[in-house]
Amino acid sequence: MKDTLAILHRLSAHPESRCWYVAWHPLGALLASCGGDRAVRIWGKEGDDWVCKCALSDGHQRTVRKVAWSPCGHYLASASFDATTCIWKMTNDDFECLTVLEGHENEVKCVAWASSGHLLATCSRDKSVWIWEVDEEDEYECVSVVNSHTQDVKHVVWHPTQELLASASYDNKVCIYKEEDDDWECRATLEGHTSTVWSLSFDPEGQRLASCSDDRTVKIWKECTSGEDEDSTDGAWKCVCTLSGFHGRTVYDVSWCHLTGALATACGDDGVRVFKEDAAADPRHPAFYLSAHVPKAHNQDVNCVAWHPKEAGLLATCSDNGEIAIWNYQSDA
Amino acid sequence: MSGGARLENANPLIFQRTGERLLTASEEDEDVADPIDDREIFDILLTPNYSYDPEHPLSLEELNVVEQVRVKVNDEESTVSVEFTPTIPHCSMATLIGLSVKVKLLRSLPARFKIDVHITPGTHVSEDAVNKQLADKERVAAALENSQLLEVVNQCLSTRPA
Repeated sequence: MKDTLAILHRLSAHPESRCWYVAWHPLGALLASCGGDRAVRIWGKEGDDWVCKCALSDGHQRTVRKVAWSPCGHYLASASFDATTCIWKMTNDDFECLTVLEGHENEVKCVAWASSGHLLATCSRDKSVWIWEVDEEDEYECVSVVNSHTQDVKHVVWHPTQELLASASYDNKVCIYKEEDDDWECRATLEGHTSTVWSLSFDPEGQRLASCSDDRTVKIWKECTSGEDEDSTDGAWKCVCTLSGFHGRTVYDVSWCHLTGALATACGDDGVRVFKEDAAADPRHPAFYLSAHVPKAHNQDVNCVAWHPKEAGLLATCSDNGEIAIWNYQSDA
Repeated sequence: MSGGARLENANPLIFQRTGERLLTASEEDEDVADPIDDREIFDILLTPNYSYDPEHPLSLEELNVVEQVRVKVNDEESTVSVEFTPTIPHCSMATLIGLSVKVKLLRSLPARFKIDVHITPGTHVSEDAVNKQLADKERVAAALENSQLLEVVNQCLSTRPA
């Protein structure tokens, strides 16, 4: 491996607690983090240091599991074990809680904005996925509740350009949803993982989806288009690649860099790995190789990996020990 | 377990307890760092001695729920694996016992340890489901934020009068 993943910064973001997730602001100047201390923190660079610009600690009564920025960058959503999702509005460097989305029966595990900014999805241990519509007056209305999973839904992610949603679950499956006659329904169920699917990430074009699992593998799924494959139907997804043998424990997160196409993973074996696609491989049977690996990236489980949206190679990770780390990935290839 | 409820397993087999740990010379030497071994984990699980199955005021060892041979530690690689054996194959307390064992280890061991708690293969009807739940740290974290459940776990881990 000539490619390198070098540490740039290490921050104690949620001391004495767990840092569950980090999310880059769409313009890249801010990083939001959340954790077991029920807080959301906003980090920004001052000179050479990353400092905490703001702490939002009065929004949730329990662990904050995920945070997500709206595509316009003016709003932040936080999903919590307290069964609610908070929508925060950012003015200058200040955050105000605009509204609290209620409805899930128990822990909300994830929240995600569609690329248009007009739709929001949440999912929960109550096995449901909720789609919310956002209007011009910042009003949120639930437009659909989908119960396609038989267990805890761990993660939701939107297609980078289309109104297409994917969810991952404790039932070992991934579901793909589309709107049909004013209602959201599951259009495809992706089966193949042998344990909980923890996270998902679309490739830059949205043609492929990466999923990571407690079965210690990462799978790459591709949407079938008619003509390309005779025995497949439109809208179906099939697994075109499985990365196995690389991870020592549960793979908690996967992130597909939309600038370079590199695929990063966060693992319960404390490691951070970056995979690159083999350019010579047949596109119908893509192949990935391990490009960089930091075995002890953190001294506890790594929960999240997030590529910077503007600066190629910049990667943020966070861990059970409450830390955030920022890395620079460099590849010769 | 509430007093009036009927026990699922009223007459459990009771097993002999292991004796006290025999200390070696290097273990008695304060200047030598001792690695964490199987016996130490076993002792953690049995301290206080009446760490118990909610159904019985007996120790987990006397009920054969936890045995030293089913505790595996690798101090160098920072891994701990414990198999526990529910007293009967349809024991409804299996998840709670497993959670209590896991919590006990999480609280006692350095954070570097990866802790895996499983049911002894073939000893419980819902083995896979219980194992999956115990392995899911997100569900464990959420469960431990539930004050009622946490109280029950703490009860399981508290000293019972002999």
